[in-house]
Amino acid sequence: MAHSYEQSKKIANKTIVILAIITVFEVFFALLGKGYLVPGFLMPHALLAIAMIVMSVVKAYLIIYEFMHMKYEVPGLVRTVLLPTLLLVWAIIAFTMEGDYWKNRRASTQDKVTMQQSVEE
Amino acid sequence: MASETLVHHDEHHNESTAGTAWGGGKEPFKASYGKLMMWYFLLSDAFTFAGFLIAYGALRFSMKTWPVPDFVFSSLPGGIHHKPLIFVTIMTFVLLASSYTMVRAVQEGHRENKGGVVKWMLLTIVGGLMFLGCQAWEWTTLMGEEHMTIKVNPFGTHTESGVYLAGDGHDIKAGDTFKAGSSYLIHKHDGEWAPLSYKVTEGPNKDIEKTQAFGPKAFGALFFFITGFHGFHVLSGVAFMLIIMLNSATGLYEKRKNGYEMVEKIGLYWHFVDLVWVFVFLLFYLL
Repeated sequence: MAHSYEQSKKIANKTIVILAIITVFEVFFALLGKGYLVPGFLMPHALLAIAMIVMSVVKAYLIIYEFMHMKYEVPGLVRTVLLPTLLLVWAIIAFTMEGDYWKNRRASTQDKVTMQQSVEE
Repeated sequence: MASETLVHHDEHHNESTAGTAWGGGKEPFKASYGKLMMWYFLLSDAFTFAGFLIAYGALRFSMKTWPVPDFVFSSLPGGIHHKPLIFVTIMTFVLLASSYTMVRAVQEGHRENKGGVVKWMLLTIVGGLMFLGCQAWEWTTLMGEEHMTIKVNPFGTHTESGVYLAGDGHDIKAGDTFKAGSSYLIHKHDGEWAPLSYKVTEGPNKDIEKTQAFGPKAFGALFFFITGFHGFHVLSGVAFMLIIMLNSATGLYEKRKNGYEMVEKIGLYWHFVDLVWVFVFLLFYLL
């Protein structure tokens, strides 16, 4: 590690302050967007979701790259750890989309059944 | 093992490997064995957590409704209610702070400051214990006051707008209206479930009387298993940190060739625990 003790301390201090600010902002944004701070003020769910995810990814980057020192590791190590992790994140997103597809399929099948029943009557 | 080896391994015969990576003596990725293996263990643990989160994503979004987090998680110790997300934010800050103290412990280890290592590790352990205490309070409240289990979920979400026909002795009075998408909690009276009846005021079921239904069963199972699995990691992390802190205090790492690297390794584990919490916090409480 090329940094001196004093430099390392400064970087750690800066990182934790940024992490704390992002967390406060995340919660503030969530409460604001769901109408808890200004009565009746609601944000579209998609906007909230994207904002939350982006902020969490930034936090994840700071924790992995600074706190866990990934920034200072050999590129090979970085890739063997991060590539599978990114694929896992994609797996979670893919199965969330799959769940949504199941819901829509179930709803359209139920519609067909009701239509079928009303035709038979 | 044979007393006489028949095959000779003479490196001087094999000039092609001497000095190359195959010749040995070099650390892959310039990382020690212990550190590299800790990274790969954490990767395997990420797979396990991802398995849980995949189940969560698929099940939650396949359901028509899901308990709204700011309704479910709105209590604070001391009988405080209707303060959504505050308690879980405190938990997040506690874990973030403990990650910071862990970074400081590793930095003190780099300059061989035994006292500093012990002090900062102790602070990290305290942070971990505080987080566990908070999680225990959360579970106790959900199970003891709201009667949620891994099979029963009394938190539901309305799919149609309506008006309550009776009060529940808590927040709801007869005649209170609600919109589709708002959450409710089915209370128990004298140990028996007391779901409220209501009349639908809009849509194809208008004027039909219904009773509050229980929410998706999967909510309880997923919540307790995922936060439980994470809490188990926090607990084991605290246990390991305690051992390593005590080892540091006895001067064990002063004599080692790799110095305080053990502190670095458990630091990686602790940051991983914090990282998982960032995503559990996001998926369960914010989204």
